[in-house]
Amino acid sequence: MAEAYVYDAVRTPRGRGKKDGSLHEVPAVRLGAKVLEAIRDRNELDTGAVDDIIFGCVDPVGEAGSVIPRAAAFEAGYATSAPGMQISRFCASGLDAINFGAAKIAQGADEIVIAGGVESMSRVGMGASGGAWFMDPSVGLPGWFVPQGISADLIATKYGFSRDDVDAYAVESQKRAAKAWGEGRFKNSVISIKDQNGLTILDHDEHMRPSTDMQSLAALNPSFVMPGEMGGFDAVAVQKHPEVEEVNHVHHAGNSSGIVDGAAAVLLGSKKAGKTLGLKPRARIRAFANIGSEPVLMLTGPVDVTEKLLKRARMKLSDIDLFELNEAFASVVLRYMQAFDIPHDRINVNGGAIAMGHPLGATGAMIFGTVLDELERRDLNTALVTLCIGAGMGTATIIERV
Amino acid sequence: MSYTNFTLDIDADGIALITWDMPGRSMNVFTEEAMLELNAIVDKVAGDAAVKGAVITSGKDTFSGGADITLLQKMLTTFAADKAKDAGQATKALFDNAGKMTGLFRKLETCGKPFVSAINGTCMGGAFELSLACHGRVAADSDKVRMALPEVKIGIFPGAGGTQRVPRLTDQQQALQMLTSGQTLSPQKAKSMGLIHEIAEPRKLVETAKAMIRNGLKAVQPWDEKGFKLPGGPIYSVAGANLWPPAIAILRRETYGNYPAAAAILKCVYEGLLVPFDTGLRIEQRYFTEIMQTREAAAMIRSLFVSLQELNKGARRPAGVPETKFKKIGILGAGFMGAGIAYVTAKAGIPVVLLDRDMESAAKGKAHSDSLVSDQVKKGRAKPEEKDKLLSLITPTADYADLAGCDLVVEAVFEDSAVKKAATEQAEAALKPSAIFASNTSTIPITALAKNSARAKNFIGIHFFSPVDKMMLVEIILGKKTGDKALATAIDFVRAIKKTPIVVNDTRGFYVNRCVLRYMSEAYKMLIEGVPAPMIENAAKAAGMPVGPLALTDETAIDLAQKIMKQTIRDLGDKAVDPKQIALINTLVDTHGRFGRKNGKGFYDYPQKPAKKKLWPGLKDLYPQLAPEKVDYEELKQRLLVTIALEAARVMEEGIVTDPREADVGSILAFGFAPFTGGVLSYIDGIGARKFVKIAKGLQKKYGAEFKAPKLLLDMVDKDETFYQRFDPYAKGEVKKAA
Repeated sequence: MAEAYVYDAVRTPRGRGKKDGSLHEVPAVRLGAKVLEAIRDRNELDTGAVDDIIFGCVDPVGEAGSVIPRAAAFEAGYATSAPGMQISRFCASGLDAINFGAAKIAQGADEIVIAGGVESMSRVGMGASGGAWFMDPSVGLPGWFVPQGISADLIATKYGFSRDDVDAYAVESQKRAAKAWGEGRFKNSVISIKDQNGLTILDHDEHMRPSTDMQSLAALNPSFVMPGEMGGFDAVAVQKHPEVEEVNHVHHAGNSSGIVDGAAAVLLGSKKAGKTLGLKPRARIRAFANIGSEPVLMLTGPVDVTEKLLKRARMKLSDIDLFELNEAFASVVLRYMQAFDIPHDRINVNGGAIAMGHPLGATGAMIFGTVLDELERRDLNTALVTLCIGAGMGTATIIERV
Repeated sequence: MSYTNFTLDIDADGIALITWDMPGRSMNVFTEEAMLELNAIVDKVAGDAAVKGAVITSGKDTFSGGADITLLQKMLTTFAADKAKDAGQATKALFDNAGKMTGLFRKLETCGKPFVSAINGTCMGGAFELSLACHGRVAADSDKVRMALPEVKIGIFPGAGGTQRVPRLTDQQQALQMLTSGQTLSPQKAKSMGLIHEIAEPRKLVETAKAMIRNGLKAVQPWDEKGFKLPGGPIYSVAGANLWPPAIAILRRETYGNYPAAAAILKCVYEGLLVPFDTGLRIEQRYFTEIMQTREAAAMIRSLFVSLQELNKGARRPAGVPETKFKKIGILGAGFMGAGIAYVTAKAGIPVVLLDRDMESAAKGKAHSDSLVSDQVKKGRAKPEEKDKLLSLITPTADYADLAGCDLVVEAVFEDSAVKKAATEQAEAALKPSAIFASNTSTIPITALAKNSARAKNFIGIHFFSPVDKMMLVEIILGKKTGDKALATAIDFVRAIKKTPIVVNDTRGFYVNRCVLRYMSEAYKMLIEGVPAPMIENAAKAAGMPVGPLALTDETAIDLAQKIMKQTIRDLGDKAVDPKQIALINTLVDTHGRFGRKNGKGFYDYPQKPAKKKLWPGLKDLYPQLAPEKVDYEELKQRLLVTIALEAARVMEEGIVTDPREADVGSILAFGFAPFTGGVLSYIDGIGARKFVKIAKGLQKKYGAEFKAPKLLLDMVDKDETFYQRFDPYAKGEVKKAA
């Protein structure tokens, strides 16, 4: 079977996902077009060779609707023979797009695939695509729907993470992100977003707050007390996890992932296609997996999927040099580290979404590129990328440098 | 044409007045005949060019109670019988039946002539659904007018368009709140929700309704107009996204997923509002057909409607004893129980003599009524003049001579045989020989207390539960010599104060407390096993109990549990109480000074309000804790219900309770036994004796002799019987004896 290789990875900077965010003026499709242009231009890629463009997008409605990668390919001026497909597995969509592309290549169906994701959270609101999961009683009841913040707080309660624990994690995330930016660790992947005149709109992640400390976080009120109590969600959490007497609400804007705009793309291909196109492989996709997990805890899928993936790939935790787990909420990472006894210096070494933000459909592809850069910088070999997912799922991918 | 249940008068303006007045019934209900007649009337109104429109009202004090629930029960019996023959056909027939009222109301609303409902009094269920199908709705401005769709309380839901019309008239949040709680609406509330159009002076009710028609009321409902928009906006909107996820969570919070009818309401509203009205009605009909087939519906209709009504009407009252109209009732002991009994008696309009050892104590007992009724006035549930009347009926005294002329005396003095003896003798000295003497004891056998009486025939137990004003059940305890007149009088009294009587033969703990003690004891065992305390409390609530067993122990006091255990050991020997359990209770009371809610320290800590009670962290240190994932949570739930149900089966076997209706209704009203099961015995019947015994045996092996199934159950397995077959309350003649 053919193997899927990684030839390049790019991402936009992450703009604050609000009306005053720098990327708010940029349509969602244009964010997608910008990363497609970068992939083409950096690699002098003949876009006629692209077999598919797969983008994750969690809210593919309104301006982000109607197969946004196909639309982005038009704007980017790709060959019309390059088709597009939009997928959603909520927060892991960007990584699932990569896995999907890798699978097509491994199967021999495709030779070159661009996989990634795009989300303009400032322009298309979170949850804009609706859905039976949380709206339809025939689904919400058996699915035990709770909002993710409740799940994050439940994880903290159930596994014993205090407000100080989660805040300390957030402070460290900010520190690491600031240091990584300061040392230019992201410069290989991050492209500047420029206007039609070549003027820069945004060239850095603008959600970061490097001055964050325990004291400034302590001033924030927990975000999910109201929905937990008034909205009935704490009761749902306790009914599913009856050893918990009451949910301890510890998460707030400062220790949860930021709402941002952004896009990312990864150039994947078979070994042969890379050779033909004169591309140098940076890594290969070694294995990947998906799993469904308990939906009230919801965000512990990375633990379950990591176990599944290592088993299937016949690998051990010690085979992994670096872990990259999306920082949806601090407790998600703390629980993952606790479950596998992973020291903090091997996971999210350059910070994560708490500092830099989480553009839902794009994040999987963004952190994939981040950890690949870091493997190269440290001259290490293997990394595991994983994300927690709404409705209780997990996606994970292991990459190996070549 | 003339009708049996309705009259039809057409006035000079061509407006038909349809007056619903069923002969031989105190309240109008939808019977098959009433529906057929209403159907004919709709045809007549629609087909007669001289008729401009119609007003529907009632000739009775109330408008209507809605569907005839016993008819619904018969429908289920027919379905069960037909199902055995041809399941598909039977289900189709049930579906068609479920659509009859829907079809009739839809026909009325689309017949082309305007209809106005003139709601003169209580308007419940199907009758309110009929009103909602009318183009205009006017209610009389009167306390008598109460509107509700209360079906969910008996395990079903409004299936004649209620789930579709309400959320098309008012916003979804209010609609869901009303439908899932069975909330009762005053005319003012209904109008503010947009469910009725006008409120009229009672004497101008029909005229107001007619005026609506004269003023050109359209014969088209809003949802049949082009461009109709939902009042709360579409489901898929920002408002909808803020409403539905919490609505689903709150439903789970309130029901623990145990009430399929409540969930079906949400499903009907959600799915129905995404489609045109007629499609919504069909969706509702499908869910209604499904819910009618649930065990919960059958069990709740039986216990919470049919049996409850029968008991409230005095099903167990001996025939041939004339009804007692109480002129005066004496209450001995003005403590918490006595004061509570005085309150409910005076509230029923009966004069009360409230006696205690001195005037100060008696007056303090009366003050309890003052505080209760003042609170009602403050909440707008009673009028100031009602308060004055109630208080005027209570005469505090320290003089036994004031008991003269009482028809009934309820003794609620300290639980001490000597004290009770003295009270009985002094009271009887003042009473007429025909007066009935009742003891409110909870611990001393009635037969033993009756020995203090010169007239054992007139001696009976009337056992109230605390708090008296809230608890709807009363146990009536028969001593060995208690006569029919005493029983009849006791039932008359309980009926007069609008509570539900069950008749229990004399035994330690009677019926209710025996069951409750098993519930608490099982929880102590779990704690001793190392089950984390939150899991015990949550398991109880998930199983359907209103209060966790540890919280309940706190309410009744842990030192009381200790006293009962010690008394049991004194009376029945060391083996009668599990030494580990008494050690637990002794540790809590003697070592840690934890007496329960009364001293703010029990299984829970009780911080200052508004902080909520929290389980005492020290519980974790009493026993090595099991890891939560090692605990079989479903089994915890099962243990708590099964241990109670087994005790109830023993009570039936011993002949303490003889009528399954009383065991079931009693268990729900007294300690909230998982109402969706229909009560303790319906729980066993629902599982089936065979399977239940198997479950009990499995639990016996793991958790001890408390789970030993009594012979009665084994015999029922052999004979393939249910409690309602073996102790058929409707069998002619005597209720069959147990075992």
